[in-house]
Amino acid sequence: MLEKRILTQRFNKYDGLSIRQYIDLDGFKALEKAFSMSSQQIIEEIKLSQLTGRGGAGFPTYIKMQAMLNETRDKYLVCNADEGEPGHFKDRHLIEKDPYQLIEGMVISAYAVGANKGYIYVRGEYNNAIQQLEKTIKIATTKGYLGNHICDSDFSFELVVRRGAGAYVCGEEFALMESIEGKPGRTRVKPPFPTEKGIFDYPTLINNVETFCNLPTIIEHGGEHYSTIGSNHAKGTKLICLSGNVKHKGLYEVPYGTSINDVISELGGGTANDIPIQMVQIGGACGPIIPPRLLNMDIDNEAFEIFDAKMGAGAIIVIDENYDLFEIVLRNMQFFLHESCGKCAPCREGHIQIVKLLQKFVNYQATHKDYVSLQSLAEVIHTTTLCGLGQTSPTSVISTMTYFKEAYDKRINQQNKE
Amino acid sequence: MATITMNNQQLEVTNEMTILEAAKAHNINIPTLCHYPDLAINSDCRICVVEIEGKRMLPTSCSTPVQDGMVIYTNSPRVLQARKTITELMLSSHDANCTACTRNMRCELQTLSKNLGIDINRFEPTYKDLPIDDNNPSLVRNMNRCIKCGRCVDVCKTVQGVHVLERMGRSNEMMIAPAFNQSLNNLICTYCGQCANVCPVGAIMEKDDTDLVWENLHNPKKRTLVQVAPAVRVAIGESFHSLDDTVPIGKLVSALKHLGFDEVYDTNFTADLTIMEEGNELIYRIQNDDVLPMMTSCCPGWINYVEQHHSDILKHISSCKSPQQMFGALAKNYYKEQENLNKEDIFVVSIMPCTAKKYEAKREEFTDQYDNPDVDVVLTTRELEKMFRQMGVDFDQLDNRDFDEPFGMTSGAAQLFGASGGVMEAALRTVTEVLSGKPLKSLDFSAVRGMDGIKEASFNLKGQEIKVAVSHSLSNAEQLIQGIKDGTSPYTFIEIMACPGGCIGGGGQPYGTDSASRLKRMETTYRVDLEKDIRKSHDNPAIKTLYDNYLQKPLSELSHHLLHTRYYPR
Amino acid sequence: MNLQKILEKHAFQKDHLIEILIDLQNEKTYKFVTEEEVSLIADALKVPVSHVCGVMSFYTLLSFDERGKYIIQVCKDVPCYLNDDFNVLTTIEKALDISCGDTSKDQFFTLEQTACLGCCDEAPAMRINNKVYTKLTKAKVLRILEEYKEGILC
Repeated sequence: MLEKRILTQRFNKYDGLSIRQYIDLDGFKALEKAFSMSSQQIIEEIKLSQLTGRGGAGFPTYIKMQAMLNETRDKYLVCNADEGEPGHFKDRHLIEKDPYQLIEGMVISAYAVGANKGYIYVRGEYNNAIQQLEKTIKIATTKGYLGNHICDSDFSFELVVRRGAGAYVCGEEFALMESIEGKPGRTRVKPPFPTEKGIFDYPTLINNVETFCNLPTIIEHGGEHYSTIGSNHAKGTKLICLSGNVKHKGLYEVPYGTSINDVISELGGGTANDIPIQMVQIGGACGPIIPPRLLNMDIDNEAFEIFDAKMGAGAIIVIDENYDLFEIVLRNMQFFLHESCGKCAPCREGHIQIVKLLQKFVNYQATHKDYVSLQSLAEVIHTTTLCGLGQTSPTSVISTMTYFKEAYDKRINQQNKE
Repeated sequence: MATITMNNQQLEVTNEMTILEAAKAHNINIPTLCHYPDLAINSDCRICVVEIEGKRMLPTSCSTPVQDGMVIYTNSPRVLQARKTITELMLSSHDANCTACTRNMRCELQTLSKNLGIDINRFEPTYKDLPIDDNNPSLVRNMNRCIKCGRCVDVCKTVQGVHVLERMGRSNEMMIAPAFNQSLNNLICTYCGQCANVCPVGAIMEKDDTDLVWENLHNPKKRTLVQVAPAVRVAIGESFHSLDDTVPIGKLVSALKHLGFDEVYDTNFTADLTIMEEGNELIYRIQNDDVLPMMTSCCPGWINYVEQHHSDILKHISSCKSPQQMFGALAKNYYKEQENLNKEDIFVVSIMPCTAKKYEAKREEFTDQYDNPDVDVVLTTRELEKMFRQMGVDFDQLDNRDFDEPFGMTSGAAQLFGASGGVMEAALRTVTEVLSGKPLKSLDFSAVRGMDGIKEASFNLKGQEIKVAVSHSLSNAEQLIQGIKDGTSPYTFIEIMACPGGCIGGGGQPYGTDSASRLKRMETTYRVDLEKDIRKSHDNPAIKTLYDNYLQKPLSELSHHLLHTRYYPR
Repeated sequence: MNLQKILEKHAFQKDHLIEILIDLQNEKTYKFVTEEEVSLIADALKVPVSHVCGVMSFYTLLSFDERGKYIIQVCKDVPCYLNDDFNVLTTIEKALDISCGDTSKDQFFTLEQTACLGCCDEAPAMRINNKVYTKLTKAKVLRILEEYKEGILC
């Protein structure tokens, strides 16, 4: 079996609403155990587990928690459920199918770092997930797993849902915090970082849905046990969102170290109609596009550093030979053009120009000069923009220029002949 | 301390410094665009990026703190390429018809582009032909030139607290605009013009009225009068190298004569008159248990702000017109009678450090029933500079001349009007002497001087303790206003100026106005005062003559008619 | 629920601005916010009108323009594109005789494109008001539109 179901173990085993059924499926065991531990003990377990952020950046989770613990002011917890990266649906599944696991993970974190208020920021498009959370938070509060004196302890934690209103960039943690404060989602100048100065200027621990969902299992079974799962580079499992031209699209949970190829062929059943794979985009619109020969690569962050990008949040988008590479890259860049917050110059003005250049490639009008402009523009957007949006948006351009240079050359030559 | 290596030089810097500050401290120039000395760092333009050894990304030097051992390159090929590309991108969204722009040769984007050696833009133009907003007397917004650096938003929100301008929308269609993208108007904008002063390009500017002035200067039927505000003379020298570090009053008078003005007068004269009226109004309010604290009324940005946002405290505002409007009233009445002219024959121009003064001059209260305004045209310091350039004034060749009489003799107190705390100090010099009947030992009220946002002073007046307060920039005024509203204000008299530093930091002052230039202008202001023989408004013999021959006494019926006004909620 | 009730529900808190605007819009058949309401909200929350406008103009789910009773949002991103062999968007454009971005004359439908709906595992997908429809085929799309028109779906 390629899959290892930890975070998804309760999927479809209960209706995602009944707290009784969740408890029957060993729910809240970890929380009860956590209450018998000290903050430092919990953080030690997380350190031992070698858990890293699952939102894309892959930062060790315990470091942020430790920084929070050292703060003495009021603290906030934020769950980033603004899953807007094209190709991702794992957070939606986690919320819709096992919301209590997320709540449990958040309460454990809040208890460990000493935060008494938390927000789950869900994108406005996820209507079902929002309703599911609002209902389950209410139920968990009535049952004493949220609110005052959780499980009869001295610890209180209030959890509220905040809806996004249609802005991909709010997935960037600073933009997200601005949005929680009721402002446009434009990122802040950093440093300071959220653990120092987050929402309403208070220390804030912000994690992805999947990251929080990992905590109950780590606490329940211990960090050391958790760290036995995965590869040399990354520990635990990863939720993979498999989409595009494959037979079995869907959400899969695999240990780190599984190869992309195995996921596509074994879990995805290969391409539909068995048309050869042309390329695969990893990590969503902001991720690299790689040729089939690189698909033996493991699913972990280390291996992806060659792209200056990380594995991202787990999307694998398979593209068969029927599709035009430039059309795909253009669509990616149109997405970022639409989603740029407009604050910093290279992102605001760069994406419109990148789109114009790519349109020339799509329409067989590009010249070698356009190629050079595209290359330098992608590099400048990547290296100089203020937030993660622009820093990662040109990855599909940069990676295709690396791995599909001949496609660019061919397109330029076709123009010349006409 | 941290040791960093910048462009292969080892530098000792303090840990709190940003890379940009460290570079500045060691005379290494890193180009910037959105960065402005007194405003928050928003690092939006990304021009000041640098390369740090071991890092793939190019961080902005304005926002990145130095770290011990950092190896920095401020001009590596990657950095230069990035800067050039970003500038090209900004130019592609900018109406770069430079020769048709007031900022030509003084535009920060143009300078940057020239310095980076950009001779061709690889990118297609993307700016749209957006309508120009010029439906108000003070400011013009041309968003085709806006590069979205955010300076105007910051100054409008943070420094002035009026929140007119905001980033609207997103992506390359993001625009800096008022709510609902409406035109600037007198319901939302105070016209303080700080946005125009900090704009690096020609996207927000004062409404240019220089053509109208040229036209009238060459109309033989018109008697042209010009008045010059106190803050103008301490700043205009910055725009003309030959005037640096001198107080160019005499040459300024000369140059205005060369432009063709028939009479060159001094707003300081009506500043003295303002003190006589306002001082006596204060004394009247104190002695008759009338509404206190009394607040100054010289600043039209402040008056607009109160009328818009705090109309419930209008009764606290002195009924005195501003010195500009007192001058206009004297010109179109007293002067007219003395010279046996018709109102239409007199054309009054003010040179002001201020864009809100343009609006003030257009107020209904300052226009007669035949639509003849007391002040016909207001020019900012920058527009005067433009006229001087148009004429080719060579200050080196000019002699020093005195202001014309009868509105030319002024006190040192009047000059103080240009700086925050100045109206207060000038008023205190007069009020304390009049009330105590004894000459002041020291004329300097240093507690109300300087750049603190809110300044307070208290002194004993015939056994009664009097407290006063001074504030500048509208965000600071808010605190004093709240005190009045909740009845806790301990003050008798409050001076408020809308702009940072007072008029010396006005929205119409030379480009690049920052805390350093404001401080220099402030120092010059106090020097002018010290060098004057007469330093108290009530000692000005020309003022005494005006009362004797015309107005009779402060707060007389004629004074009320000509020199006082009313305010209205909006 | 009128604006006052929505404001009270959110205890007049500034940081609830986006929530208030979403709630207000959801209350209305044609899902938009008026300039007058923006001014009222700004006064009630003690924030500048320009700030509320900045928020309104930033988020794509908020609108100053009256839209249709049903807002159809078709996903435009790559995973849906790769599974869209009949072109969802043009199918709807033809069926309703409107272009993307427009509202039908009877103000029943507005057609928009949207960023990824997070349903790539069941692509192609679209959203009508708060309901998401996935695994779209041409026949399915046309049937859904008909059922809305007939009031079977709402």
